Amino acid sequence: MSVLVYTESEQGKFKKVAFEVASYAKTVANQLGTTVTAITINAIDTSKLGIYGVDKVLNVTNTQLDDFNAKMYANVIKQAAEKEGTKVVIVSSSANSKYLAPLLAVELNAGYASNVISVPTSVSPFTVKRTAFTNKAFEFIQINTDVKIIGVSNNSFGLVETSGNASEEAFSPSIAESGIKVESVDKVSGQVSIADADIVVSGGRGLKGPENWGMIEELASVLGAATACSKPVSDLGWRPHGEHVGQTGKPVAANLYIAIGISGAIQHLAGINASKVKVVINIDPEAPFFKAADYGVVGDAFVVVPELIEKLKAFKAQQ
Amino acid sequence: MKILVCISHVPDTTSKINFADNDTKFDASGVQFVINPNDEFGLTRAMWFKEKQAAEVTVINVGGPETEPTLRKALAIGADAAIRVNAVATDGFSVAKQLAKVIKDGGYDVIIAGRESIDYNGGMVPGMIAGLTNSNFINNCIGLEIDGNSVKAIREIDGGKETVSTTLPLVIGSQKGLVEESDLRIPNMRGIMMARQKALTVLEPVDANAETTSTKFEKPAVKGAIKLVSPDNLDELINLLHNEAKVI
Ligand SMILES: Cc1cc2nc3c(=O)[nH]c(=O)nc-3n(C[C@H](O)[C@H](O)[C@H](O)COP(=O)(O)OP(=O)(O)OC[C@H]3O[C@@H](n4cnc5c(N)ncnc54)[C@H](O)[C@@H]3O)c2cc1C
Ligand SMILES: Nc1ncnc2c1ncn2[C@@H]1O[C@H](COP(=O)(O)O)[C@@H](O)[C@H]1O
Repeated sequence: MSVLVYTESEQGKFKKVAFEVASYAKTVANQLGTTVTAITINAIDTSKLGIYGVDKVLNVTNTQLDDFNAKMYANVIKQAAEKEGTKVVIVSSSANSKYLAPLLAVELNAGYASNVISVPTSVSPFTVKRTAFTNKAFEFIQINTDVKIIGVSNNSFGLVETSGNASEEAFSPSIAESGIKVESVDKVSGQVSIADADIVVSGGRGLKGPENWGMIEELASVLGAATACSKPVSDLGWRPHGEHVGQTGKPVAANLYIAIGISGAIQHLAGINASKVKVVINIDPEAPFFKAADYGVVGDAFVVVPELIEKLKAFKAQQ
Repeated sequence: MKILVCISHVPDTTSKINFADNDTKFDASGVQFVINPNDEFGLTRAMWFKEKQAAEVTVINVGGPETEPTLRKALAIGADAAIRVNAVATDGFSVAKQLAKVIKDGGYDVIIAGRESIDYNGGMVPGMIAGLTNSNFINNCIGLEIDGNSVKAIREIDGGKETVSTTLPLVIGSQKGLVEESDLRIPNMRGIMMARQKALTVLEPVDANAETTSTKFEKPAVKGAIKLVSPDNLDELINLLHNEAKVI
């Protein structure tokens, strides 16, 4: 009966979203009067999960699962759900979780709600609030199936510490056929990805050319942030496609989004509106972004950004 | 090779979103509908397979008669045939079940669906189709080459990309990057004329219960006024972000 939460790790270490979904799962378990079981795959140290409300950890260790594979992982989670007699499965909104959740839904014959931003507003009927129309609206949906899957939107719930202790149980599920082989991975290491970032620094066409991105990268590095860009910037090849954010790019649900030289077109705003605090730096006081942001500086990015970097460095040094 | 491209009929990206019937339904009045952008990238790639590898391309939508202009637009872009499953698209799972039935009956090799639709943003139909039809599934697909039965694809991952290999039958979740922006096609007069001659088959749905039901919509609260900081006083910006917003 316990609530099952999939806590993701990368190279053995939990991602931050793992603790967020665990915190979320704890609240749902309290609503339902039950406990939280976490399923982890090849995590090295699971003790931290207890702090975020997990009561029991099913820790799968298997070298066949070293690389993420949506089908194999979904099948492992399915077996864990069946073993626990789970009615509610909770996953994050990471790219990997969004990849596996629909496969899991088919395996468990479960209704799946993605981009959920708060705990169930009612458990009977089971109703959750999610974003729709690329953040232009919220939708309340009722999940009608016996087993339910909730995909929690990143940074929507936050981390909640309790004083619990998680017991660990070895779990050896059978391993499904993968169907897909990873030939090579091309990943920029040491950079914060947009999906994991608390802070995103984003540049638009106002920066004039790719040669001017040095200051964007430096600002991001001072803040421990990921870099992003508007659609024309990636269309022009100034930045890689993976950095394009907005309605047709990546969604950004960061704590802080800093837009530099971005006008604030509706398609751009739709994709970043789920971010908590938005800052705009733009030379044109009429730019639509000023209507959407929390803080703004009307000024030339080529003057403001270098100065902001210096001041932030001084601020960080003091901290 | 038989390709099926799933087309979601969605409000244009510039649309203002409103609700009717006491905020329980999307208000389509005055809204311009388009092919979901992620599907358009997939359709464009399908056109490449049609031209280079003689693939046969069918487009499909699960929806009412109001979606037919969107399917006709896909035909005008170059798809060979269209199918509309005559059912109200209530939730992702039931849509996937309708699509899976057509896929099994039609013997398609490659199913292209968008990573997500820009209306309900479910991000679930492609994966569910793959699960229901027991096909290989590549999400966030930004590169696709097919040679006989073997497939090489590139997939976007957090912070980079990976190259994967697999076999048909295959479902992909397509997105920006799968084709160049400049490859996207606007239907020309000839395409539009030809589209009128092409078959648009209407199929009756199979039984599929809605696993989820939308009960109410809400619009985000109106945002408070922006605080402007002078470019000569950036310390104040840092102060606000640190002490007021508490984000740095
Ligand atoms: C179907 C569709 C989907 C789309 N999806 C997306 C999407 O997902 N994401 C997205 O971003 N866009 C999307 N767009 C494009 C969108 O409509 C805008 O064209 C785009 O967001 C504009 O990018 P930009 O703000 O970088 O450039 P511009 O609109 O050219 O704005 C540049 C800004 O820089 C400012 N500026 C210039 N010089 C300086 C300076 N020295 N210092 C500071 N500021 C300066 C200018 O005042 C201006 O506001 C989509 C469009 C369509 C039609
Ligand atoms: N009613 C529908 N008819 C046909 N294809 C659909 C429909 N709904 C969703 N799809 C496909 O599934 C993709 C993802 O949609 P969704 O899971 O709703 O975000 C879309 O980009 C389409 O390719």
